[in-house]
Amino acid sequence: MPNDIWNTLMNLDRRWVYLVIGLVTFLPILVTVDTPVQITSEVKSVFDRVESLPEGTVIMVPMEYSPDTMAELQPMARAVLRHCFSKGLKVISTALQIQGVLLIEQDLRTVANEFDKVYGEDYVFLGYKPYPDIVILNMGENFRLPFPNDYYDNDLDDLPMMAGVSNYSSVACIVNINATSGVDSWINYANGRYKADLALGVTAVIATDYYAFLQSGQIFGLMGGLKGAAEYERLIGRKGVANKAMTSVSVAHVFIILFIIIGNVAFFASGRGKRA
Amino acid sequence: MRREVPLTIVFVCGAFMAFQYFVPHHVSATIYQYALNWTIIIGIFTLTVGIGSLINLHYDRISKRKERWQYSIVTLVALAYMTILGLLSPNALQDPKSLLMTMYFYVLSPVQATMFALLAFFIASAAYRAFRAKTLLATLLMLSAVIVMLGRVFIGDFLTGWLPEGMRFSDVARYILDYPNTAAKRAIYIGVGLGVGVTTLKIILGIERTWLGGGK
Repeated sequence: MPNDIWNTLMNLDRRWVYLVIGLVTFLPILVTVDTPVQITSEVKSVFDRVESLPEGTVIMVPMEYSPDTMAELQPMARAVLRHCFSKGLKVISTALQIQGVLLIEQDLRTVANEFDKVYGEDYVFLGYKPYPDIVILNMGENFRLPFPNDYYDNDLDDLPMMAGVSNYSSVACIVNINATSGVDSWINYANGRYKADLALGVTAVIATDYYAFLQSGQIFGLMGGLKGAAEYERLIGRKGVANKAMTSVSVAHVFIILFIIIGNVAFFASGRGKRA
Repeated sequence: MRREVPLTIVFVCGAFMAFQYFVPHHVSATIYQYALNWTIIIGIFTLTVGIGSLINLHYDRISKRKERWQYSIVTLVALAYMTILGLLSPNALQDPKSLLMTMYFYVLSPVQATMFALLAFFIASAAYRAFRAKTLLATLLMLSAVIVMLGRVFIGDFLTGWLPEGMRFSDVARYILDYPNTAAKRAIYIGVGLGVGVTTLKIILGIERTWLGGGK
């Protein structure tokens, strides 16, 4: 009889798994729990760098994410932008992924409005141009080469903030929020070729790829997924969506681990482990 | 000539781009700038080829009533609709209430977000079915996954908070990310880098010619 239980578990309908995951991710959103979030050194170094910049410094925050990855990267982007605007930094942004342009423009505008920032004086949105590699290389020469006009069709030379801002050497650092493989282009070209100080904010699934660049000093900071966003929100003292969602993430992690344990116990108890 | 001309162009452009990287003279910088602009122009032409190819593919599926041909109609109608919408209202991007923006925020955005959200369910199901401690390597992989998952959230330290610092889940997760993970990734990156370098050299020198396509 017990063997039947293990065999049943081995052949469990996957819809039960879906139901459990659906419930454990949805239900924690309904309750407000202040989940502890440990601040990691790689996120702290991004915060410290931005924090150290004097008012009026130009910083670049290129954002490349689309609706599919916005759950992870939108809170991160908004936290970084809030930090920049609260410090009085001037922000240049691009959106080199076509599907995310409207989303990113909206994020930038929304956060800028929170701080009563004026377009052209406090921030500039260059928008989208195809072929990120080439655009990143071109911006290393001069922002005006790939973007003679900004997203709203203004001549860059007509925008007060862009006076004297020519290329990466005119910006203090770049904090790239990116969900695409275009991250590599920023490392290879913006940092590798033009020596721009670069930090990354990426999805959790690709974050492990960039620890090597963190150790080598090619990037000075790394924010991974919703956890990285939650850390940044805490550092700026404004807990938002990322911190709220960390409870769901934590509980979902525990249940996935429970599934792994149950799956393995059933695997060996049913005798399939010996056969394998 | 059909082969020699493209091979010559690739050789000249490839050799120049490698050369100019190490020679920051204003002449090479100017030519480099022209090359970058040309790449964008050529890229835009390839976009046209891509759209043409997409239309051909789906037209073929519809005309031959291939499996799930109905979806191809949706693709073509969506392509035409969004293109016409954009062309008819060039200022739509500045108006959050325009039809183009509405389609983006209330159709495309939820569809994409939903598709990606499904990953959580598939990952859980795959973890339940596939993560088995069948061998030593599989066991190590599974343990690493469990430790990193727990170490990244507060529950990891909640469970191991009684252990001395350096032995808690978050510390071990950190060690896994910093050392075994980084060492493996670095090895992969170096291998990929060398491979890319060698392949590029073979293309520039005309040894690798499969990109020319066609037969002999």
